[in-house]
Amino acid sequence: MSMSLLVVQILNGLQLGVLLFLIAAGLTLVFGVMNFINLAHGVQYMLGAYLAVMFYTLTGSSLLALVFALLAALAFGLFLEFVVFRHLYERDHLDQVIATFGIILFLNQAVKYVWGAAPLSLPIPELFSGSIVLLPGLTYPIWRLVIIASGLAVALLLYILVSRTRLGMLVRAGANNAPMVSALGVDIRRLFMIVFGFGTMLAGFAGIMIAPILSVEPGMGDTILILAFVVIVIGGIGSIRGAFIAALLIGLADTLGRSFSVDILRLVMAPSPARTVGPAIASMLIYLMMALVLYFRPTGLFPPKGR
Amino acid sequence: MTAPVLRLEGLNKNFGGLAVTRNLNFEVAAGELHAVIGPNGAGKTTLINQISGLVAPDSGRILFAGRDVTALSVPERAALGLARSFQITSILPGFSVIENVALAVQARVGSSFRFFGHAAAEAALNAPALAALDEVGLSKRADALAGQLSHGEKRALELAIALAMQPKLLLLDEPMAGAGRDESRRLIAVLSRLKGRFPILLVEHDMTAVFALADRISVLLYGQILTSGTPDAVRADPQVVAAYLGEEME
Amino acid sequence: MSRLPIAIFLGFALLPMAAAFGAETYLLDLFMRVMIFAIAALGLDLLVGFGALVSFGHAAFIGIGAYAVAILASHGINEAWISLPVALVAATAFAYLTGTICLRTRGVYFIMITLAFGQMAFFLASSLAPYGGDDGLTMHARSTLFGLSPFKHERLFYYIVLACLVGCYCLCRALVVSRFGRVFRGARENATRMATLGFDIYRYQLAAYAISGTLGGLAGFLLANATDFVSPAYMSWQRSGELIIMIILGGLGTLHGAIIGTLVYSLLGEWLSGLTENWKMIFGPLLVLVVLLARGGLLGLAAQVAAWWRKQHAEPQA
Repeated sequence: MSMSLLVVQILNGLQLGVLLFLIAAGLTLVFGVMNFINLAHGVQYMLGAYLAVMFYTLTGSSLLALVFALLAALAFGLFLEFVVFRHLYERDHLDQVIATFGIILFLNQAVKYVWGAAPLSLPIPELFSGSIVLLPGLTYPIWRLVIIASGLAVALLLYILVSRTRLGMLVRAGANNAPMVSALGVDIRRLFMIVFGFGTMLAGFAGIMIAPILSVEPGMGDTILILAFVVIVIGGIGSIRGAFIAALLIGLADTLGRSFSVDILRLVMAPSPARTVGPAIASMLIYLMMALVLYFRPTGLFPPKGR
Repeated sequence: MTAPVLRLEGLNKNFGGLAVTRNLNFEVAAGELHAVIGPNGAGKTTLINQISGLVAPDSGRILFAGRDVTALSVPERAALGLARSFQITSILPGFSVIENVALAVQARVGSSFRFFGHAAAEAALNAPALAALDEVGLSKRADALAGQLSHGEKRALELAIALAMQPKLLLLDEPMAGAGRDESRRLIAVLSRLKGRFPILLVEHDMTAVFALADRISVLLYGQILTSGTPDAVRADPQVVAAYLGEEME
Repeated sequence: MSRLPIAIFLGFALLPMAAAFGAETYLLDLFMRVMIFAIAALGLDLLVGFGALVSFGHAAFIGIGAYAVAILASHGINEAWISLPVALVAATAFAYLTGTICLRTRGVYFIMITLAFGQMAFFLASSLAPYGGDDGLTMHARSTLFGLSPFKHERLFYYIVLACLVGCYCLCRALVVSRFGRVFRGARENATRMATLGFDIYRYQLAAYAISGTLGGLAGFLLANATDFVSPAYMSWQRSGELIIMIILGGLGTLHGAIIGTLVYSLLGEWLSGLTENWKMIFGPLLVLVVLLARGGLLGLAAQVAAWWRKQHAEPQA
């Protein structure tokens, strides 16, 4: 286990964490403010990726693809909100789970119908392709650094928005007590739409950013959705800060766990069982973490006060 | 002199920076109906919640029927004989009236881990339930759906549920709240009949009820007991009149 | 037992005779799987419909039961009187242990943590390389019972599964009206009130959770024998989601609704997938519509229709 491998995996973990944060932020906002469980959030992420591929094929420009895909993802998200989701806000969580599950089925299939089942790929933007040398003997892809940087930038932006602006204050109040905010005369429908739109854009953005390094295929949103839920549950539903910390934690734990589980276990057991048990534990690691957190804090690490 | 059925020693509870219960000492004697009055915000509901176990005090002791129950959970205290009603009636709306009460009987007689047999048809549970319903005047509504009862009937149901527990102490949290004149009179009549059968701690705003029923009255102000005594003594106490009764009595 | 459940079971019982007229193996296999999933759905309805405990990891119990059979089979142990108890105990133990943690949470946290444990089981199975890992494990022989092979005969197997289904249904019915069931149902209505009566709800919910695990384990045992194959996919969260859909489709909290829902869901899926390979594009929105419009599922819908019918045909008052 070399130092450079460790650094690379830490960076990979940060990259995964940042990605998870982008998706989890929208999820936790929507859940916190509107009390709406959106299983279809993962599909927004998938759509972002597909739209990026589509617009790149149409325009040949990475920048245009980014912009158009973002706008299209937002439009589609708002469309879904208008047609389906806003009828679900009053329903109990079970109904929401089923309805959004139905949306997942539909959209996963629709994507297969429109773009085919074969994985698609997107080239890394010219400017950021290739790797740079971080330390002697350690090179790292530039695009992954871009992802980390943009994710942190978004986190900072969200922080400023939520804690320094009036809109952010409304969002925080809404996460605490939506009916009260409505009773105070705020147009709650518009607030919901803004929150939802923002969350959707974040998920789409995550999909667009990851498309160059991951294969774009139907169902790619499903696994990351579960991870995002684990993040917001550990972080505390409705808390952006919680989502940020939990996302980084999970990103690092999952990546480092998968890379080094066998090595770590080799310290206490023979190589052969370690090679079986290691990956098993690594894949279960974040769920074990979630179980542990919920055992001691049944409402997550940083639940917004009043929940 | 028999030991008090309930005794609170040095109870303290803070919510955020607010001291809701401050070094509170309090007793309910065996067999008495002890009323607690006080202005809104005095900490009455928090007091009841601490006694029944829904809220944990920051410090102090709660002794019930001779035992220190401070660390016991809500069900554990209930199993020892502590019954309570809620300010906003808390019943099982989807169950029938008699099933609501039969469940209380079932809790008392134990062995609820029975997986077979038709619970709703058990005479051993229904007979005591019916008797309790009789006491509060609800026996004619035994088969009605509890959720469809009128407000006053739901209050009576809560009383029946408490009765069925054969409590060692009954906590009543503002049973007159939202009751019309007729309903209040009926409730007072029922409570007068129940008086003496077991000790009752009555938290109330309605002064008619308090002075009609209470053997002793304690006045709660800013989380502390201002004074305790017989209704006449309290009514005449100038501190009480100034702090509370002066505003309430019309 | 009221008329509808009897009609359902009768329908299942008569199916093999109707199936003899064509496509027997296909139909028997299809309806047998329906019944197997219905057993698991009954356990889930117990939790969700009667206890408001929305478990999103129920497929794990099926998978554990199935894997128990397959793993033992891969070591040459095929006797049902060994593998069935092992399957049941494994599933129940998993339910009990995870239940102790899950039941400390409420609401959406409960949903998420049950999902997490389901995922854990899924990933655990995926990483069991000696037992097939991602690809799953084929069973080369079905369970035997004291040397006999009842599961090899399609019809006999079918009726065994039907008997299990009827048995589980009766068990669940009894549970629901028992003293235990009343406390469990009361906890859904008003948990605070139940606590102030003296009931420690946690114990009752844990017991119910464990029992639902047992039912899932039974379904898994039967499933492994029916398909000669187990795979981590049996425990995917999509499968858990499908189980929830099945019980909602039929009508929550009715027990026979779980069976109807499983039947309709499976048949609908079969029919639609025969029409077009993009059947999920029809199925998905259908689900959304069911949720938005048909509260109470199909049974609720049927009740509404029946009430409307009765009103139309009511005798005018003299």
